[in-house]
Amino acid sequence: MADSSPPASNRSLTGQLILCAVAMFAFGFVLLPPLYRVFCDITGFGGRGNDSPMVVAEAPDLSRRIRIEFVATVNNYGPWQFEPTVESMTVNPGQMYYATFNAINLSDEARTGQAVPSIAPVVASQHFQKIECFCFVSQEFTGKESRALPLQFIVSPDLPEYVDTITLSYTYFESNYVTRR
Amino acid sequence: MADHGPAKGFTRWLYTTNHKDIGTMYLIFSLTMFFIGGSMALVIRSELMTPGLQFVHPEFFNQMTTMHALIMVFGAVMPAFVGLANWMIPLMIGAPDMALPRMNNWSFWILPVAFGILLSTLLMDGGAPAGGWTMYPPLVLQTGDAFPFLIFSVHLMGISSIMGAINIIVSILNMRAPDMWLLKMPMFVWTWLITAYLLIAVMPVLAGAVTMLLTDQFFGTSFFLAAGGGDPVMFQHIFWFFGHPEVYIMILPAFGVVSEIIPTFARKPLFGHDSMVYAASCIAFLSFIVWAHHMFTVGMPLSGQLFFMFATMLIAVPTGVKIFNWVATMWGGAMTFETPMLFSLAFVFLFTIGGFSGVMLAIVPADIQYHDTYFVVAHFHYVLVPGSIFGLFAACYYWLPKWTGHMYNETAGKLHFWASTIFVNLTFFPMHFLGLAGMPRRIPDYSTQFADFNTMASIGAIGFGLSQLIFVYVLLTVKKGAKATDRVWEAPRGLEWTVPSPAPYHTFDTPPVKRVTQESFQ
Repeated sequence: MADSSPPASNRSLTGQLILCAVAMFAFGFVLLPPLYRVFCDITGFGGRGNDSPMVVAEAPDLSRRIRIEFVATVNNYGPWQFEPTVESMTVNPGQMYYATFNAINLSDEARTGQAVPSIAPVVASQHFQKIECFCFVSQEFTGKESRALPLQFIVSPDLPEYVDTITLSYTYFESNYVTRR
Repeated sequence: MADHGPAKGFTRWLYTTNHKDIGTMYLIFSLTMFFIGGSMALVIRSELMTPGLQFVHPEFFNQMTTMHALIMVFGAVMPAFVGLANWMIPLMIGAPDMALPRMNNWSFWILPVAFGILLSTLLMDGGAPAGGWTMYPPLVLQTGDAFPFLIFSVHLMGISSIMGAINIIVSILNMRAPDMWLLKMPMFVWTWLITAYLLIAVMPVLAGAVTMLLTDQFFGTSFFLAAGGGDPVMFQHIFWFFGHPEVYIMILPAFGVVSEIIPTFARKPLFGHDSMVYAASCIAFLSFIVWAHHMFTVGMPLSGQLFFMFATMLIAVPTGVKIFNWVATMWGGAMTFETPMLFSLAFVFLFTIGGFSGVMLAIVPADIQYHDTYFVVAHFHYVLVPGSIFGLFAACYYWLPKWTGHMYNETAGKLHFWASTIFVNLTFFPMHFLGLAGMPRRIPDYSTQFADFNTMASIGAIGFGLSQLIFVYVLLTVKKGAKATDRVWEAPRGLEWTVPSPAPYHTFDTPPVKRVTQESFQ
């Protein structure tokens, strides 16, 4: 029995299998995150909605009423108070609406914050069209400053029929978290 | 090379490249981990014996649930099957050793290091990981000093598994006896071949996912941080892309084990050997397209839920083929009920219960109710304890005479079986009811309405834990048993029974010729 090196057939199969393992690592680590992002952009799966202003023509469908629920959360219990002015509103698809969220910097120092949205159910996220939203940019606050943050939106008439409630949730972050992207 | 025996002293074990030595070390290591992970389970069950907080802090309770799972999955079940593969695959295919003996030594000795690191986190500032073995961000990022050690130990376990899997595939594909073509391979070899491919496909994906956690925590990336444009749900997708094949990695070799044992004690060839091979391959393929059934509640389009629900239910078909084949093997057979057969029969029966609750969990509207309740805990413990672990016990009793040259104490073996079977059901069956009534998992305290079933489960767990000491007794006293014959059982099939008992240090130095056909399973 030749002791030291394994036969060539073993070596080549081993090489191929190691290559498979490396390829699967690359698939997971390198390929998947951008693929997931593209997939979410196309399908709205991530529930983010549009992240820059969009222009949509109004075409109100008065026969249908959709309930919009607002949820506001502060990340990591930061020194902010952040809440919607109204907890929910009932809207007609195709019509433009305004809503505001109130944010207060509870600390004495100047801070910059930014909201990150999430829309549920995910199937609604592409149909919740933000014409203008405070979540597109960050907000600079002086110490103890309070501010109303505006949101302007249209629910697309293409919204699937079985959706009668859309939840729009914002989490308010210190902007240094947000700029890490 | 002739008559070259094992080296003396501790370095024999440190430097060994012998598949039997390495198999033994794997098995002893996993038994040790089984007891460590089991003690953690007993901490959990003691705390849950009655409502209220009695023994441990909630933080420590969470560390116990997390560590119990990590140790049992990566430290007990997986290495035990790799140990069996090391011992038995060369003997079953008529090879002198594994194809890559030096790498074999490495893949074992990485494990004690990995688990040394993981266990050391119990002593660190902030305690051991407590965010669940699934390591979901952002919760897992709140782990204290233990966090990088958790990631590094998972990397090491993954590297060990991948090296073991590569070794097994190369051994099986390149080193079979000359007249053993692929469909003549014993089922245990087949299921391990499929398992090894699963390991190579998914362990690197887990490594990728935990590496992303590491870079999110320390290097300013935002793979999973919503604030930075990432998505925590993406971790769940990647994790379960690994996690679902992982559950088949833990069960397929057990399928192989019972497919060896039932024919021996039914005194009939395995019914439908080839259909078993195709069924196992189907299960392996389907395991890659069902991952999202672990996360029906994260918010998924209806079409996605339907796809994953039906794909998951489809797995019941090849699994059913296997169950019915085992039953058909026994049908009309001259059965006897030695300990390995008892464990195999309990495996078939109790694993099926776990399979059924799995089909229940696959139903989307039901799963939204069952998600993260004790029903899930009952389900996966039924497939892992009376499934994988009973498969391992069956294998140990079946091949112990071949390994040691002595028959084990049959009375103690049967006692071990009956105690384990009764207590495992007492532990996990009430959890179905707890889950259906809405008791959430991973919580140290509960509403008083859940009290009685929890007390039953805790008594069962303590009984099950103590029953395992009988197994240790069997192992320690095996050398006192009667000498085993070469064939050990009345009519076993397979090349491993053509070598003496105990199996000599070196076997099949020359490949067995024309013996495979006589030993064929078909």
